[in-house]
Amino acid sequence: MAKTIIELPQVGESVTEGVISKWLVQPGAKVRKYDPLVEVMTDKVNMEVPSPFTGTFIRALAAEGDTVPMGQAIAEMDVEGEVPQTAPKAEAPTGVAPASASSFEFVDSVRSVGPTGSGEGGQGRPDALQDAANAAKTTGSVGGGDAVRLSPLVKRLVEQHGVDASLLSGTGVGGRITKEDVLAFVESGSARPAASPEPAETVAEPAGNVMALTPLRKIIAAHMERSAREIPAAWSMFEVDVTGLVAYRAAQRDAFAREAGVPLTYLPFAAYAVAQALMANPLLNGRWAETGIALNDHVNLGIAVSTEAGLMVPVIHNAERLGVRDLALRAHALIEAARNGKLTLDDVQGGTFTLNNTGALGSVVSAPIINHPQAAIVTTEAIIKRPVVVDGDQIAVRSMMNLCMTFDHRVCDGAEAGKFLADIKARLEAISEGSSLL
Amino acid sequence: MAIMTVIEAVREAMREEMRRDASVFILGEDVGRRGGVFLATQGFIDEFGEQRVIDTPLAEAAIAGVAVGAAMAGMRPIAEVQFGDFMFPVFNQIVGEAARIRYGTNGKLHVPLVVRSPYGGHVRGGLFHSQSPEAYFAHTPGLKVVTPATPYDAKGLLKAAIRSNDPVVFLEHKRTYRAVRGEVPDGDYVVPIGVADIKRAGDAATIVTYGLTLHYSLQAAEVLAGEGVEVEVVDLRTVSPIDRETVLESVRKTSRALVVHEDNLSLGVGAEVSAIIAEHAFDSLDAPVMRVAGPDIPAMPFAPTLEAAYMPTADKIEAALRRLLEY
Amino acid sequence: MTQTMNDLPSGLNAEDLVDIYANMVLIRTLDERIWAMNRQGKAAIVASSQGHEAAQLASVWALRHHAKDYFCFTYYRDLAVTVSQGLTPTEALLGFLAKEGEPMSGARQFPQHGAIPDRKVINISNVVATHIPHAVGWALAAKMRGEPTVVAAYMGDGATSQGEVHEAMNFASVMKLPVVFIVENNKYAISVPQHRQMNVTEVSSRAVGYGMPGVTVDGTDVVASYAACAEAVERAARGDGPSLVELDVERYLPHTSDDDDSVYRAKEEIDEARKRDPLAKLKALLQGAGLMTDERDAELRESARREVDAATDAAEAAPFPPDDDVLERVFEEVG
Repeated sequence: MAKTIIELPQVGESVTEGVISKWLVQPGAKVRKYDPLVEVMTDKVNMEVPSPFTGTFIRALAAEGDTVPMGQAIAEMDVEGEVPQTAPKAEAPTGVAPASASSFEFVDSVRSVGPTGSGEGGQGRPDALQDAANAAKTTGSVGGGDAVRLSPLVKRLVEQHGVDASLLSGTGVGGRITKEDVLAFVESGSARPAASPEPAETVAEPAGNVMALTPLRKIIAAHMERSAREIPAAWSMFEVDVTGLVAYRAAQRDAFAREAGVPLTYLPFAAYAVAQALMANPLLNGRWAETGIALNDHVNLGIAVSTEAGLMVPVIHNAERLGVRDLALRAHALIEAARNGKLTLDDVQGGTFTLNNTGALGSVVSAPIINHPQAAIVTTEAIIKRPVVVDGDQIAVRSMMNLCMTFDHRVCDGAEAGKFLADIKARLEAISEGSSLL
Repeated sequence: MAIMTVIEAVREAMREEMRRDASVFILGEDVGRRGGVFLATQGFIDEFGEQRVIDTPLAEAAIAGVAVGAAMAGMRPIAEVQFGDFMFPVFNQIVGEAARIRYGTNGKLHVPLVVRSPYGGHVRGGLFHSQSPEAYFAHTPGLKVVTPATPYDAKGLLKAAIRSNDPVVFLEHKRTYRAVRGEVPDGDYVVPIGVADIKRAGDAATIVTYGLTLHYSLQAAEVLAGEGVEVEVVDLRTVSPIDRETVLESVRKTSRALVVHEDNLSLGVGAEVSAIIAEHAFDSLDAPVMRVAGPDIPAMPFAPTLEAAYMPTADKIEAALRRLLEY
Repeated sequence: MTQTMNDLPSGLNAEDLVDIYANMVLIRTLDERIWAMNRQGKAAIVASSQGHEAAQLASVWALRHHAKDYFCFTYYRDLAVTVSQGLTPTEALLGFLAKEGEPMSGARQFPQHGAIPDRKVINISNVVATHIPHAVGWALAAKMRGEPTVVAAYMGDGATSQGEVHEAMNFASVMKLPVVFIVENNKYAISVPQHRQMNVTEVSSRAVGYGMPGVTVDGTDVVASYAACAEAVERAARGDGPSLVELDVERYLPHTSDDDDSVYRAKEEIDEARKRDPLAKLKALLQGAGLMTDERDAELRESARREVDAATDAAEAAPFPPDDDVLERVFEEVG
């Protein structure tokens, strides 16, 4: 026998509460499934609530005359045998008081149901049906050599304020220039620090060849400027012993390339460790906002890719859900697309963190610039065999890799930053030839 | 000031107008002895008698046609169509006839008629108790179509509809009947037909909506307010004629527009609102006009999982807002 | 005149009556269960066939015995028709609980709505009476193809006020189509009683206006209902055109689970109505002929209870339909 709560079930369309009219059983009574327990009055229907279980009625939890919302507990029963699993109850209603002269509230509880908690499918899945239900998303190619497109409003503001559009940095999707960008530029224009001197004074007109700026270069430049200007950045570095990882990759690379059709680099291992460490250290996955630190439920990991045209950062969405193998496949696809100029708007938007494999260029230490408006950026440096001290006082040759991070010191302090890096380090150092991550 | 639900506000509007004007009468199925299947006319037959509260046979076309004739003869009938899904037999009489009589008699006759009906879903109503038929009627010159979502608006607009000298299709979202309660001033007041209302002020984006999705839009706006983003929510209240000025003024302020309705996406009221914004506020736009609406399938399937998949609820509206704001 | 087993209409024998009784017991048990499921909040909406069982089952038996082929266009109250046509208690409960595997509409519709053509039942919509012209169209197609199908078009008293019903009856009669218009008159259309619905005391009196036979019989009496339906079915099968059969029954319960009939119906009236119980009547007839005992009846009821309990368990355990194909089958899939 199991003690179970009986709730007032939902009946009919648009009924939200009922009044307990008459209890039909006494405490201690033996009750069969479907025997009537209590009469309840609602303004649409007078109903009789039958027992959902066979067992013994312990006691009523609501008295005759009480008004009870649908879904609230009304009785306790000792139930024979196994009690069927109840799905989670619907959430308590939240009243909404909008800013209007006449106030009203919407009681969103009509969906809660009775003992089986047959939970009416909740709120639906936005991702599954969004395409069908909404206007087509715009897909444009980012990173090509096209002129930067201005929305009607931005065009108007640019004309109105006499701004040179080529000087604007875009924070919209794919580097699009937004209304805020124009307005911010106009504002900061008048407050420009003296450090940018008048050309006539200190910086002579370039005498030799001047290399013209591509639109992408302009966008990157503006983005970097903004990051440097707005974010108080601090920097930290950890050393990571990746001897095990090197051995594991060496052992797996051929088979992986054959089966998966893409090469196995160190990137997916780093991405995996970073994504998991971010879920455990959510501040680093957030961003600074005036009202607080905005946190994200998912890790949308930007992978820095150098292309002929310049630096691009396509994003692996929901990276925390992917294993090393899927990260390798996804990263490869994005990198290829980036290099072929085939990234879409979706591919570059929504990033919450950035990972840059500067080691591929031979670097052993980097001081990366944060990808505004994120909270931090991590680089993985070149893997170099070095003599290091192990097991007390022994010297051994180990594959060592530096892990560098620049972080927004408004969002967190050194302690959180260090904990995060230590987390990544631990995950990477735990990999050995015997691991099974693929 | 009293607090009441939408159905109570509907009831109060009709009761006050019935008392005020002897030419007002009510006809429909189960409106008399039963007081209406949603209790909209509860107590009316006792107060006003069965001459003015008429239980009709089960015949919507006749209900509408008879009401048209009575209205032309100078009465002010309120015809109840029990569910919006049953508005189609009424179509011939309301769209084909009532809407065209003033025009076709060059003003000699007119039709001061209200056809009111509970519409909309998210109430486990299945395919035939959930439809949103407003678009069919909104596309009819000569007809006004009103869709209140709060008690204050419901009472004021229904009074306006009853006093109007032109035919009005008055659609009440059945889920708001008991789930929305709010302040309603005592005494007589009228909310003008064709005037939208800003239910929530903001500057980051504009949502244009009506009906049940007003409430879901407000919920989505509240979530974003927690992140410091203030979204303006415009309640159309009337879908024909649309209050262009209020919509355009809001979009010019925020530069981003999201249109939300429960009715199927394609060729719905949202399509008209989007066209209005694109045509008259183009230079103010910093992003395309986006829409959140029911998918293009018969509205709406019965099983709870399928109904949830159809409904534009707060989380879907919130996701669309984020896409709009990030554009 | 008391019915005896000696003057049963042609085509109906004692075995049939026992069979019909067993069906009635199962269906009544199932019907009571769906109301209980509604009161528990698991069945969002239920409409009952209680009081109508004899009328509905008699019509189905008449179709089976007097037509080479037949089709039923039912309405929301015809649970006894759908179950006797092969909708299992589990399938019926899947419908009331809106679960995956529901055969009539995949739970896209209210319970009992949709179609199972191979079990000869179509009940598309719960907009009242829209199916009557459809039934006539089906009969027209059958006639054009030379098929021996008789179409039964079921409706309540309220439905007969809809203009489309009159248009359909006129059409069927003019074109001599094989239709039986079956009106289950329980004297209420939600709250509106018959005298406010029409100015005639018998719906069947309208048949003469369409040039077809019309008859009213006691719908709680299986034998009388069978006889009337059989005659109409045979007439249609012969190619002589439609008939209107009015079966006078009682509705003991509210219109649906969303209705509160205490507002418009006196308790005494409902108690009187309950006395016309098709199950009690048929049991008495069978007992009088030595074909039924209290013990056998109790066995049937216990067996029905167990079958319905098992069906309830199965339907409760079934999942809700997934929404991954909710957008599909609006149009034909092409390519």
